[in-house]
Amino acid sequence: MIEFQQVAYSYGGGELLTEITLRLPPGSFHFLTGPSGAGKSTFLKLCYGELHPTAGRVTVDEADLRKLSRDGVALIRQRVGVVHQDCQFLDHLPLAENVALPLTVTGRPVSESDLGDLLAWVGLKPLSDHLPPQLSGGERQRAALARAIIMAPDVILADEPTGNLDWEMSLRLLTLLIELNKMGKTILIATHDMNLIRNAKSQVAARVLRIRDRRVQLAGSDL
Amino acid sequence: MSRIFAFRRSENPADRIVPPSGFTARLTSFTAAAMAFLAVFALALSLASGKLAARWSEALAQTATIRVSAPAAQMETQVAKVLEILKQTPGVASARALSLDEQKKLLEPWFGPDLPIDALPMPRLIDLRETAQGFDAEGLKNRLEASVPGAVFDDHSAWRKPLVAAAQRLRTLGLVAILLIAGATAAMITLAANAALAANRPVIRTLRLIGARDTFIARAFVRRFTLRALAGALIGTAAGMGAVALLPAANEAGGFLTGLGFTGIGWLLPLTIPPLAAIVAFLATRTAAFATLKGLT
Ligand SMILES: Nc1ncnc2c1ncn2[C@@H]1O[C@H](COP(=O)(O)OP(=O)(O)OP(=O)(O)O)[C@@H](O)[C@H]1O
Ligand SMILES: [Mg+2]
Repeated sequence: MIEFQQVAYSYGGGELLTEITLRLPPGSFHFLTGPSGAGKSTFLKLCYGELHPTAGRVTVDEADLRKLSRDGVALIRQRVGVVHQDCQFLDHLPLAENVALPLTVTGRPVSESDLGDLLAWVGLKPLSDHLPPQLSGGERQRAALARAIIMAPDVILADEPTGNLDWEMSLRLLTLLIELNKMGKTILIATHDMNLIRNAKSQVAARVLRIRDRRVQLAGSDL
Repeated sequence: MSRIFAFRRSENPADRIVPPSGFTARLTSFTAAAMAFLAVFALALSLASGKLAARWSEALAQTATIRVSAPAAQMETQVAKVLEILKQTPGVASARALSLDEQKKLLEPWFGPDLPIDALPMPRLIDLRETAQGFDAEGLKNRLEASVPGAVFDDHSAWRKPLVAAAQRLRTLGLVAILLIAGATAAMITLAANAALAANRPVIRTLRLIGARDTFIARAFVRRFTLRALAGALIGTAAGMGAVALLPAANEAGGFLTGLGFTGIGWLLPLTIPPLAAIVAFLATRTAAFATLKGLT
């Protein structure tokens, strides 16, 4: 599904990430972990073309992200749902419309009942009419997840999706992602939360990628 | 809830993704209105001067006058000689000596009706009309000089030409003014669109990240500015046309001023201003929007 070939990335100083060669096969479940500032968010941004590698190439379904047209990148992003670490919304639109935005911008009809179910599932139904600036950090993260999955994407990339959530909510969110994985979606979650990883491993064949020495390595079972 | 959704769906979704911007929106419409107003006048000016140039060249093009001065005794023979020459000149359609009464009438406005014209050494005037092909003015002048020294050929084109040239220049200036107005409108809308795009950069970035295509994002801005420019230009054009229609009707002596306005189907011409303003706004905003989007991955 997503493939890195000899990828390196640098923001301008030294190389932050280097010699990354790996494949996220369709239907796989991965965690990405590493110290703060190691480059987890950077890695995710390389996956959906917000950043282009300074060396090597990233392909999604064999398509080189750098060579794709701008519309081609937009199409990829419609198939890759992303929960950003700093979830951005359109602050002038109510929550419900923000969650439905990926449908709106691609001209797809918004089913009110589906939208209602999704909002209820992430516990935001009562806040449907609130504007994003009125939401708490955790509420924003849940809204971002809802927005990321509303298009039923093939891949879901989540950057610290449980960073602001309590344990119970984190588990609920994990359960949702595991269910989506069982439906065949490819999942990649960047997180510090070892408990979350352990919990997931007990339910699904999750693998852990660890950033160490600027390289992304598959961690063993030494958690 | 469902009613809110029904209402929202009836709107164009691209319009809602950009936050409303009350004040700048009104500034754009206002400028478009002002520009359209000016464009109406520039258009009226061009049309009027164009008409004037055409009228002057037409009225004067095919006439000329020959003035014959001679002692009273020889006057008739001299005049006859000139008429004979004119008859043989190719390109002269007709020639006619003015009668004394007619000449008296011409002079009346200056000297009053009691002018003892018979007692004065008045030159006689011969009025001639040329055919469409025209005649060789130089040749005629030379021939008259040789055989009737007292005859002076007075070609109207000598003083007509600078007037026609001035009117034509005025028309060109009017057209240049219209082009400048169009350019200024494009520049103004580009500035306004760039300001809106910069202010909404986070919105654009977010839309781009969730998979919106450039055309969809651009359309939100393009639609908005095009509609604003169109609305403003409609108001400005209506006001301009109203002002032209209400110009006090100057009498004949007004000359050039009487022509300032539209006649008949000429009134349809300013109606092209609002659509043109909308097209200018469309192109300017589209260019600005795609330039901004290019800077985002
Ligand atoms: N736009 C940028 N320009 C320059 N440096 C950047 C930029 N974004 C991130 N960095 C730097 O790159 C490094 C990796 O950042 P990144 O956000 O990928 O880390 P992370 O692993 O996601 O950290 P965290 O766990 O805190 O979210 C950091 O040292 C950061 O300062
Ligand atoms: Mg991060």
